[in-house]
This record gives sequence, structure tokens and C-alpha cells, in this order.
Amino acid sequence: MKKLVYAALVAATACGLSSAFAGDATKGKATFVGKGCWQCHGYEGQGGSAGPRLANTQLPEDGLISFVHNTNGIMPPFSEKLISDAELSDIYAYLQSRPKPADPKTIPLLNLK
Amino acid sequence: MTEPRNGSGTDRRRFLKGAALAGAAPAIAATTSVAQAQVAAPRHLPSALPPNAHQIAAETHTPGPIENRIGGKPGSDFMVDVIKTLDIKYTPSNCASSFRALHESIINYGDNKAPEYLSCMHEESGVGMAHGYFKVTGKPLMTMVHGTVGLQHATMGIYNAWCDRVPVIIIGGNDLDAASRPPGVPTFHAAQDINTIVRDYTKWDDMPTSLQAFAQSMVRGYKIAMTPPYGPVAISLDAGLQQEPIGAHNSGLYIPKFTMPSPPAGEMGAVKDAAKMLLAAENPVIVADRAARTPNGIRLLVELAELLQAQVVDQGGRMNFPNTHYLARGAGVTAQADLILGLELSDFWAVVNSYTDNGEHGIGYNSAKAKAGVKLISISSVELLTKANYQDFQRFQSVDISMPADAEATLPALIEAVKSQMTSERRAQNDQRAEKAKKAFADIRGRETAAAAVAWDASPISTARLCMELYNQIKDEDWSLVASEGNVSNWPNRLWKMEKHHHWLGRSGGYGVGYGAPASVGAALANRDLGRFSVSIQSDGDLMFAPGVLWTAAKHKIPLLSVMHNNRAWHQEVMHVQRMASFRNRPSNYGNDAGPIGTMIQNPDIEYHKLAESMGWWAKGPIKDPAQLGPAIKEAMAVVKSGQPALLNVWTQPR
Repeated sequence: MKKLVYAALVAATACGLSSAFAGDATKGKATFVGKGCWQCHGYEGQGGSAGPRLANTQLPEDGLISFVHNTNGIMPPFSEKLISDAELSDIYAYLQSRPKPADPKTIPLLNLK
Repeated sequence: MTEPRNGSGTDRRRFLKGAALAGAAPAIAATTSVAQAQVAAPRHLPSALPPNAHQIAAETHTPGPIENRIGGKPGSDFMVDVIKTLDIKYTPSNCASSFRALHESIINYGDNKAPEYLSCMHEESGVGMAHGYFKVTGKPLMTMVHGTVGLQHATMGIYNAWCDRVPVIIIGGNDLDAASRPPGVPTFHAAQDINTIVRDYTKWDDMPTSLQAFAQSMVRGYKIAMTPPYGPVAISLDAGLQQEPIGAHNSGLYIPKFTMPSPPAGEMGAVKDAAKMLLAAENPVIVADRAARTPNGIRLLVELAELLQAQVVDQGGRMNFPNTHYLARGAGVTAQADLILGLELSDFWAVVNSYTDNGEHGIGYNSAKAKAGVKLISISSVELLTKANYQDFQRFQSVDISMPADAEATLPALIEAVKSQMTSERRAQNDQRAEKAKKAFADIRGRETAAAAVAWDASPISTARLCMELYNQIKDEDWSLVASEGNVSNWPNRLWKMEKHHHWLGRSGGYGVGYGAPASVGAALANRDLGRFSVSIQSDGDLMFAPGVLWTAAKHKIPLLSVMHNNRAWHQEVMHVQRMASFRNRPSNYGNDAGPIGTMIQNPDIEYHKLAESMGWWAKGPIKDPAQLGPAIKEAMAVVKSGQPALLNVWTQPR
């Protein structure tokens, strides 16, 4: 099962199934918080010890949607009953709207001697 | 048959010892009523009595020295004599009647020095303070707890100390003599086998019934606690034993000499075999959890790692290995190892296997994460002390060489064995291995800072920003991160320069929430005496288990900078309940909060800065704007440097 999910994700990526950002980033932010995504990924999708970074993700939209519905990895699956494809599209738009992080070399606190 | 508790003639110790014989005596005469047998009726005395000899002497002679009413040196004074030989500097305790005699002796007879009594609001705080203190100094403290209920309060802290292999001397009160102890509360708080509640997670416990037995018990308990694997011990003291005079039957009391035990080292044959396997490995990885008991343990581990050019995973039970060293690595490197040397691991199974909480029917599944055929060597003193009930021993992991021995004590012999067996060909490989390792290390550092930069300006403040703003202010001090509870994605260990043993003290051991606040105060107390700057990253949920320890810090002028990771939740549980809802394919009920009902600490938000202020701390908050954080930390540091504790209530991202 785990392999199948991974294969679906790879296939989705390889076939370029992702569409343009059809979602609404503002709604996506509300859904990201309201459905509990922030709990593991942070309010900004920055990631941390409980979940990977999602902000500005390189995953295609369809890949993300497929993963959320089917994962049997560390993340529990969220079925379409719990979060619809449309809601995930909104979340995807929100994640892509996050400001690109600055180059760490330009942040003095990340270059302390 | 009966004797009043404050009667002049009977020695209570002899009474206790004679209790068995008395029990065999004939029953009370049939003519005595039940009520009379239970309580002697008061005698009717005339209103005026002729003076006795003592009163006549008092009125007609020069007054002599005032003697105490008990007619000699109290037993608890002797107990203080014993305790002082062990050089126990503090006793953080919550006062209680069952050890009132020892309390009085410590502060008056013992001049409140070694140990100095520190006022605590909760027994768990006393144990937690002793826990943190030890991890800075390597010396145990003694904490006194009330009979039954006080010990019950202390239990979670004791379990944490047990799992974290930290010695704490718990002295409990008890009032054993059911015939003479006060009725009511002291009897509620007495027990026949009072230490049974902690026996499964202490190394040893005792209930001495004579002062000589106490002397032996105290020295024995200290020795057991301080023999690796370290651990807590509990000694219960009868109230009568504390309160009554030493008396003639205790003549010849002596205090046994304490000799620090040497730690158990690995057997030489196994050490040589381990060296042979390490040298034969292409990619040996060392995993250390509580390996470096002392600063010397770090030096030894660096020497072994460089000798082998082996990557080191520091699991962080203690500060084992400098994170600035090019051989320092995250846990992922074990996947490519052909040999793993585990040093004082609390869970070797989890080093080579993984558990994913997302299997069929809501049950997790196991999978291997190490290479097939990987060789495993374990050096662990904990294998010398395994108890049955609590499951801190984790899953069983088969290994190729098992040394039930203290890792730090074994490392010198292992280093020598590696040196003596190393061929010139093997030594020649080291330069190439080192070059490769240095390049990989630089790449890792770059990835860490890139991850930290994400959401750098976010509000609530990112945990990476929190940690780096803090580090920026303390980096030039002789700092000590005394606790980091609540999970800030491990940023201090990833980005701060951790090189000294006191830079990182590890975690609670048993994951009992409520460790961070008291352990921080205890460690800060130790660092105060050593002239170091203490900082803690204090989570909200942890603080609220026993926040009274803040008052203890203020009262005893313990300087500590406490920067809160206030994510307004018991965040681990937020995710657990969400996970359950997802498994069951139903929406999670958040009520009016941002997460599942029962897991959030909001509505209302707790104003921790006001809480701290009310207990004598300098405090500020809530800080939500990352731009305000650096200046606030600077302000708080000035307070801490003046000798006071300071707290910043910072609203943070979840992790």
C-alpha cells in the first residue's frame, strides 16, 4: 500500500497533472488552520519536527491532493469526506502564496560566529 | 498497660521493639471497659499542689543552663551529623509534619548549611530541582517529602529521575507507631510499607528503625544512588526516631565512611572484540544517549570517533559530542552504517527500526531502518539494573556484543584496544574519511540554516527565530541551556554551538510533563554557584503542572532566563487526537479553539508574564512580533545578570 501511494505521487508528478493554481489562497489559509494542517506543518507551512515544510512546495497540486487522501506514512490520511479536493486546492494556493524565504546568508542571526 | 505519648518514663524505641512481646501479653482484665482500655481517663488533680524538687530549685538556686524538654540530643540532630558527612548542599523541600524534627535540626542544629533548606511549593518541584541540579554538578541533592501524600506528589518526578539515570535522595516522613502517633491527619499519612509506591522506580529504599540503622542506610543509599547506573533512592524516617533523644540504648553511634564507588567497566575480552569489529567496519556509526556522564566523557568520545573517523549521533540524553565537530550527524546516518556502537542507549531497538503510527485498523507498523546484516555493539550500564513493572527498558534488541557496563568508564579501554589493533593500512584510510566527513558536515549546516530561514518573520514567532534571537544574546556568556521542553524542532542542538557538557543537560528521561520548570530552577541554582548563565526554553503546558517553583527561584535568588515557547497547547496531544479523528474518518471537534477539544490552552490565554511577576520574577509579554523579541531578551538578560530570574512570554509557532 505504501508503495502504491508513493507510485501514485511519482506518477502524478511525472505526468504533470497539476493544474494552474485554481484555489483561493485566502480560503486556503482558513482551511489550513481550520482543518488542523498547522498542527504539524506550522501556520506558515514552514515545517518542523512534526511535519515537513509545505510552503512553496515543489509538489504539483494533484500530487499534494493525492498524498493527503492516501498517505500511510507518518502523516495520517485525510479522506475526501474530511477535506475535499477543492479545499486542498485552496490550501495549495495558500502554500504557494507564502513569501519565499530569504537567503539564510542574508540573515545575520543565521550566520553567528 | 498504656503509656501517654509524652510520659516521662518510656523510651519509644524500646516501646516499638517490645511491641511484639506486648502483643503476646494477656488481654486487658475483664473488668476494664473498652473505652478505658483505649484512652486512659484524666486524673482529677487538686487545684494547688506543693512544689516539687525541680520547682524549689528553680526558685531558690542560681538558674542553670536551659535544657531541652526531651532530655538530650534529638535523634534528628544525629541524622544531620550523618547527612553532613555526605556534603549534600541543598534540600529543596515542601515542609511537612512527618519530618518536622529533621527540618528543625537542619535549620537550627545544622545552621541551615549543607544542606540548606530551600522552600518548595510542591514535592514534585523538589525532586525536579534535585534532578536538574545533579546534571550540572554531578552531585545529588536530598529532598524531604511528607508521609504518603508528599511521596505521592513526588512520584512523577522520581520516575523521571529513574528513567534519566539521575540520583536523588528522597527522605520521607512516616509515623510508624500506631499506638502513640497522633490520631487523624498523621495517621492518614502513615503507612506500613510507605515506599512501595516508588519501589519500582528507585534503586533502593529503606525504613530504618534505629539511629544506627539510619546512619548505615543514609550512607548506603547515597552509595547506591551514585553507582552507575545512577538512580533515585528513598529512605523513610519514623517520626519518633527523629524526635526522641538519642538515649542510652543508642550509645556508641558511629557514622560509616563513604567511599565513592568506581563505575563498572566492560570486560576486557569483550572490549577487544568490539575494537576488532569497529576497525573492520567500512562505515561505523556511534550512537550516544547518556554516554558522557562528565565532561571527560565528551573528550573520550571525540577521541574514539576521530580514531575511527566514525560519525556520531548524539541522541541528547546528555551533552555527548560537540555539534560543531565534523563527525556530528543526525539520526539518519545509521541507515547506511555497517556497524553501530550504542553507548548508554535507552532504546537500541528504535535506532535500527522504526514505528509508524499509521497502519491498518489504526495500529502502527514496524519496519527496519538499518541495513541488513548491520553489526551492533551495546555498552550500557542500565542492563545491570532492570526492573519488571514499568517499561522504561523498551523493546528487546539483539546485538552482536553486549557489555553491561558504564560507557564512559569503558571508553578508555576501548580506545586503547582500537589503537593497539589498528593497522597502518586502516590508519591510512582516515584522512580520506575525514575529508569526506568535513564536506558532508558543511552541507548539513547549509541545509539547517535554509530551513531556519522559512517563516523567519512570521507571527506567532517561529521556533527557529525564537532560538536564534536567544542564542544571539547569550552566545558570549558561559551559558547553560538548562531545559528545553515542549519541542522547538531541536533548533538549539541544530544551530547553537554546543561544545561543553553544561551547554545541554538533556531532557526529563521519563517524558513526565512538568520536568522543565523545576529542573531549570535546580540547574540554575547549580550554575549560580558556578558563575554560569542559565537559560531555559519553557513550554506552557510544562510550566502549569507546578508553577510554584517560580516562587522558589525568586525567594532563593536563583538567576534564570526563562524564555517561553508558548504555543498555547499540549501540542503533542493536539496531533494525537487529530490523528485519531483522521483514522476514524470524522472531523475533529475543535469547539471554540484552534485544535481538538481538551488539547488547547486558550480561551482564555494564560498571562504567564503576570503569573511570574506575581511570584517575584521580572517578566514581559506576550511577545508576538519577532522584531520585539531580541530587545526583550536583552532587557531580561540584564535582570538575570543582576541575580534575579526573568521570564519572557513568547507566542510561538507550534513547533
